[in-house]
Amino acid sequence: MLSKRSLVGVRLNFHTLAVLFFLLIGTQAFAADPAVSDSDEAVAAGKSLFNANCKTCHKLDQKAIGPALRGITERRSIDWAKRFIKNSQAVIASGDEYAVALYAEYNNTNMPAHEFLSDGDLDNLLSYIEYGDKVDPAAQAAAGAVGADGEVAAGGGVPSEYLTIIVVVLVIVLLLILIVLGLIISVLTKYIDKQDLDEDDKEFVSQKFNFGKVLKSDGFIIIVTALVVALVAKTAIDGLYSVGVQQGYAPTQPIAYSHALHAGQLEIACQYCHTGVEIGKSANIPSPNICMNCHTHVQNVQGKEGISPEIQKIYDAVDNNKPIEWVRVHNLPDLAYFNHSQHVKVGGIECQTCHGPIEEMEVVYQHSSLTMGWCIDCHRQTEIASAGNEYYDKLVQLHSDSKDALKVKDIGGLECAKCHY
Amino acid sequence: MKETKKTYWKGLEQLNNDPEFVKHADREFPELPSALGEDGSASRRDFLKLMGFSLAAASLAACEAPVRKAIPYVNKPVDVNPSIPNYYASTFASGGDYASVVVKTREGRPIKIDGNELSPINKGKVNAIVEASVLSLYDKERLAGPYANGQKTDWAALDAEVKSKLASAGSVKIVSNTILSPSTMKAMQQFADAFGGAEVIMYDPLSNYGITKAAETFYGAAVLPSYSFDKAKTIVSFGADFLGTWISPIEFAGQYGKTRKISKEKPEMSRHYQFESNLTLTGANADYRTPIKASQSGLAVLALYNAIAKKAGVAPVSAPAVEVAHLDKAANDLWASRGASLVVSGSNDPNVQIVINAINELLGNNGSTVDFSSPVYFRKGDDARMNQFVNELKAGQVGGVIFYNCNPVYDHARGTEIAEGIAKARVSLATNGTMDETASLVQYIAPDHHYLESWNDFQPKLGHFSLSQPTISPLFDTRQAQDSFLTWAGSTTNYYDFLQQNWQTEMYATAENAGSFQEFWDRALFNGVYAVEKAGTALAPVGDVASAAAAVAKAYNADNAGAELVVYSKVAIGNGTFANNPWLQETPDPITKATWDNYLTVSQKWASENGVTMVEENTKKASITVNGKSLILPILIQPGQAEGTFGLALGYGRTKAGRVANGVGVNAYELLDASAGFVNFDITSGVEVAVTGDSYKIARTQTHQTFMGRENVIQEATLGEYKENPKAGRYEPEIYKDGEFVKPSKISLWSGHKYSQHHWGLAIDMNSCIGCSACSVACQVENNVAVVGKQEVLNRREMAWIRIDRYYSSDAPADDLDGMEKASENPEVTFQPMMCQQCNNAPCETVCPVAATTHSSEGLNQMTYNRCIGTRYCANNCPYKVRRFNWFKYHDNKDFAGVNVAQNDDLGKMVLNPDVTVRVRGVMEKCSMCVQRIQAGKLAAKREKRKIQDGEINVACATACPTDALVFGDMNDPNSRVSKLLKIEENTTSALKEVNEERAYHVLEEINVSPNVWYFTKIRNKEKNEA
Repeated sequence: MLSKRSLVGVRLNFHTLAVLFFLLIGTQAFAADPAVSDSDEAVAAGKSLFNANCKTCHKLDQKAIGPALRGITERRSIDWAKRFIKNSQAVIASGDEYAVALYAEYNNTNMPAHEFLSDGDLDNLLSYIEYGDKVDPAAQAAAGAVGADGEVAAGGGVPSEYLTIIVVVLVIVLLLILIVLGLIISVLTKYIDKQDLDEDDKEFVSQKFNFGKVLKSDGFIIIVTALVVALVAKTAIDGLYSVGVQQGYAPTQPIAYSHALHAGQLEIACQYCHTGVEIGKSANIPSPNICMNCHTHVQNVQGKEGISPEIQKIYDAVDNNKPIEWVRVHNLPDLAYFNHSQHVKVGGIECQTCHGPIEEMEVVYQHSSLTMGWCIDCHRQTEIASAGNEYYDKLVQLHSDSKDALKVKDIGGLECAKCHY
Repeated sequence: MKETKKTYWKGLEQLNNDPEFVKHADREFPELPSALGEDGSASRRDFLKLMGFSLAAASLAACEAPVRKAIPYVNKPVDVNPSIPNYYASTFASGGDYASVVVKTREGRPIKIDGNELSPINKGKVNAIVEASVLSLYDKERLAGPYANGQKTDWAALDAEVKSKLASAGSVKIVSNTILSPSTMKAMQQFADAFGGAEVIMYDPLSNYGITKAAETFYGAAVLPSYSFDKAKTIVSFGADFLGTWISPIEFAGQYGKTRKISKEKPEMSRHYQFESNLTLTGANADYRTPIKASQSGLAVLALYNAIAKKAGVAPVSAPAVEVAHLDKAANDLWASRGASLVVSGSNDPNVQIVINAINELLGNNGSTVDFSSPVYFRKGDDARMNQFVNELKAGQVGGVIFYNCNPVYDHARGTEIAEGIAKARVSLATNGTMDETASLVQYIAPDHHYLESWNDFQPKLGHFSLSQPTISPLFDTRQAQDSFLTWAGSTTNYYDFLQQNWQTEMYATAENAGSFQEFWDRALFNGVYAVEKAGTALAPVGDVASAAAAVAKAYNADNAGAELVVYSKVAIGNGTFANNPWLQETPDPITKATWDNYLTVSQKWASENGVTMVEENTKKASITVNGKSLILPILIQPGQAEGTFGLALGYGRTKAGRVANGVGVNAYELLDASAGFVNFDITSGVEVAVTGDSYKIARTQTHQTFMGRENVIQEATLGEYKENPKAGRYEPEIYKDGEFVKPSKISLWSGHKYSQHHWGLAIDMNSCIGCSACSVACQVENNVAVVGKQEVLNRREMAWIRIDRYYSSDAPADDLDGMEKASENPEVTFQPMMCQQCNNAPCETVCPVAATTHSSEGLNQMTYNRCIGTRYCANNCPYKVRRFNWFKYHDNKDFAGVNVAQNDDLGKMVLNPDVTVRVRGVMEKCSMCVQRIQAGKLAAKREKRKIQDGEINVACATACPTDALVFGDMNDPNSRVSKLLKIEENTTSALKEVNEERAYHVLEEINVSPNVWYFTKIRNKEKNEA
């Protein structure tokens, strides 16, 4: 009993300690200029400004086309920072040493003026720069090895690393219990040996554990056989289920087009190129004339001379009137009907819901399994975007008695002929 | 007890213990080749081996991810978006067969033809031929480029040779079917001017020369009048199949359909008399049909004239007496509704047509139902001129002959003479798109575009114009024929500019408030049609009926003892131009239900006298000899065939149409007689028919004749009964339950469905359904329904999702079951379109072991092909027999490549509807109520955040129906047409709708499967107890 109690104590203590430890590390943040607000609203407002105006060239903690921005209010005054953001060229022209040095360090790249930003906007922007989207060093430590860019999503429940630690601790504790129990048994056996016992008791006490007998017992064989059969069956079924499922399929494309660059860094809206996504069944692979809207001017990645060989391929296609043969990544079977406009325009589903973090993909891969189970699961959970859509009025009215929200499944979203005909 | 136990025989063979039968007695279909070895050599082991191998092969094949390409345009046209259809107004015209259409294209490919609702002629409707014409665009038999002397050549070389040769050829003739296009005529004129006045000679395979010739004699103008069947209260037709193939059947069917709509508020309909030899589609719809011999038809017309003349107080003409039932009655009705009646004749004899004109004059119909002041141009063919041309050609007097998209070697009565004569012309040329019977005999072929690749204009009727525009880039190295003519004439203008210039000077010049020419042109092109008010000159009779009557009295005979042949054309095959279209070949003839054949239709009396029986598809062959020319062909026993007459369809017996049509049936054009100055389709002398005794099988989709008095299927009444009681003819079964009789719908095993949003339903008016089969072809196109070929139709494996059941009446009393199987000599005919009834208590759904057929929340019975394992339990349990099983893989299968061209070669596949799955072997399929259209319509409404408007979603069959007999809609919407037609009490969600329309019924109501398809009783406008 003693050991058991101590176990509970250990676990509790460990847990508390662990939580305390992480909390401490978590709150041990950079000491920033007190004049910059760290309120959530300010940071959020700043983030959208940052994404809209700065993200193309700047990152918070890394050098990009421009310098890493975090800590600017420590390095320079808030006033200086605001002036620089509004019109960097004016600051450089004024002969400010820091500004001139910075300009030289980044290859005399001009930063556009942002005169349109109000003082309040700039405050929010600086709030975001100092307090927004911090990389949590604790999480980084717990994860052990995070990629160089280290942009791990922070927050959102108990991190899996904690769970691993807890499990390891539990295993150790269980082993300890085993050892303690063994010790107790040996102590008790020694104690009994000293007593006078009759034959039956002696036999019972001195009974040896016969391992071979257990191995040959029917029960053991049945259990082992059952386990093996179950394992093989599971592997086989999983294998068969995965036939034709190409999750993760990332074929090499004729042009090394990067969504991470276009959709991620440059934040070009998906619909700009995928013109059919709101009006039709297919989202449309953009035709080169859409590429040429920008690439008439943009001939290479930033900072490089000449025409990029990849961009040259677009020019070749246009010049030779020869279409680009992209490799289809998402291959639904012919028997399934899928319509983009239903999901994107009517349902208001984000592209990423099915296509994953497309804005981070250098090479596009199939993020979702695209199995029927996957479709159906979503149809079971997704609520209808019925607000302001007269088509759904009657359905909403008929559903109003129900406590649950009106979901796709409630209006026939699980029926065969919605997708198969 | 044992003595009283009944024994049922499968057939006479079993009763007789025929050795052949005993050998195969264990097999369900002994007539079919066994799937297993004849000696049963395929064992269970083989089966397992095969199964194991297939499983392994399938798993291996499935492991590798196929690399599929997604290839965008280089320069995407603004209006073309993948997956979104575009619609273009255009015009179908083949000779004088005309329809203003809307072409649906997907990714630049035309895939479906619908009627253009803006057209005042066909009013948004089509027929089987127009519907199917899209497949002819993708016909592998089309010529891929110009030919010179049987060798492929290029256009430049062809033009140079043709120009130089024509210049020295002497007299040049252009032979054509009716040309509706004013700009084409102008281009030809330009060509003619360049070559010393080349003459354009028009003929029509289905000639109506008799009418124009009669008009010339009687009214002084060789025109075809416009007919208004919709204004006629009494319609009398002497052999004119105006609902099927006569002049402008789509237009006439639409007009006729209007006069057959009946309701409690308007319990009136036209009365239709038909006097004919063959049972035509029109005759099948008549209220009173009298079978008459072709040799009597002229006399019957004279008798009618005299009867009317008597009432009008005009002197009768002298005519031999002839006994024709219902003729006096028809005269009485005509006279009673004078000014709103119509008499037409299908005869090509000008003298008969003169008498018809005189009758319509006496009745005051000229100017109302038949209008010579507003002529139509559907048939401009001049049989006399064509006859003369053949003589000239044979005599070697024709220097150059150009066949403009016509095939007279095949489809003219003197085809063989033309074939011989072509060689005598110094230059012979054809613009035909395929190497057909005529094109294969000429020196040069300058193939024309398909109409879906062409620019053109048309003037079907005085003041009515329409345009056709290309909906796809030319698939082959063909050239628009008008461009060829202009090039040969030395012009450098292309036809598109020529067309526009012509419109600018002709149509735009007289148009009022038209804006700029570009605006005018764009509007006309967008609408597809353009009409101006043009008052023609009213024509008064100038001719004399007496001389015509005398000629008729001389030429016709009241008691001809010899056999007579009446040559007709079928609704789907028509004149045979489109015979190479398998969709048309497999469309069952509405009357005989036969596919893939023509045959000699004989009367039941003649058959029994000559010992011919027809058990299901098995029949005998006969030989028919007409003035020395003889054909061997199968016999089909046709109830309603006038005694002593035989019927034979045109359009078959093609030898150079292509792999689909070659060798199907016999060519009846060979038997036609042009000696009297017009092509005569009624051959009343010199006809001999003899049974040869050879067996033959005709592939029919329906082999039973009558509905055996089953009122739960066909419910009909006469107009008088209906006026007294709107429920007349209704059969209302009742089920005994707990001491009382209740409606079947009150008892159900099922708890019933709830339809919150939509409840799709279809109302079918059997009164206005004329059986024309436009719906079934439309369905075939829309839903990628496979064509299976003759042998599989014989095996009862046709795939049509919508069929039109045709039932004959029987004279036998209700207790004479054997007698009831036999149709009357002159039966009443009922057409019943039958497709999946989308039952609310669907028997198919409950028996599917894998839930492949399930019910939707919108009242649809869904069929999921990818889930189906092919047990066929559903088909077994379907009381309507509308489910079709894919016995074979019909696509990409060389065994079906010759018939199912739309699913086999790469070219044919371009016609497939990308929104509908092509089904694989081993799955069941059936009418889905065009669920792809429903889904698309719903999506459009959702995207625009609005409710669905009634009419914006329509099923393919209802869209095509020329008489508007099928009405589709949402029965949950109280304002929808279908709800109003059915008089549905407002009821938001229940599957069981209270339908208050007295005429509406369910087929097989007593089994309470609760269909969502309603039928309206057939009402005949006739007195009681008359055949």
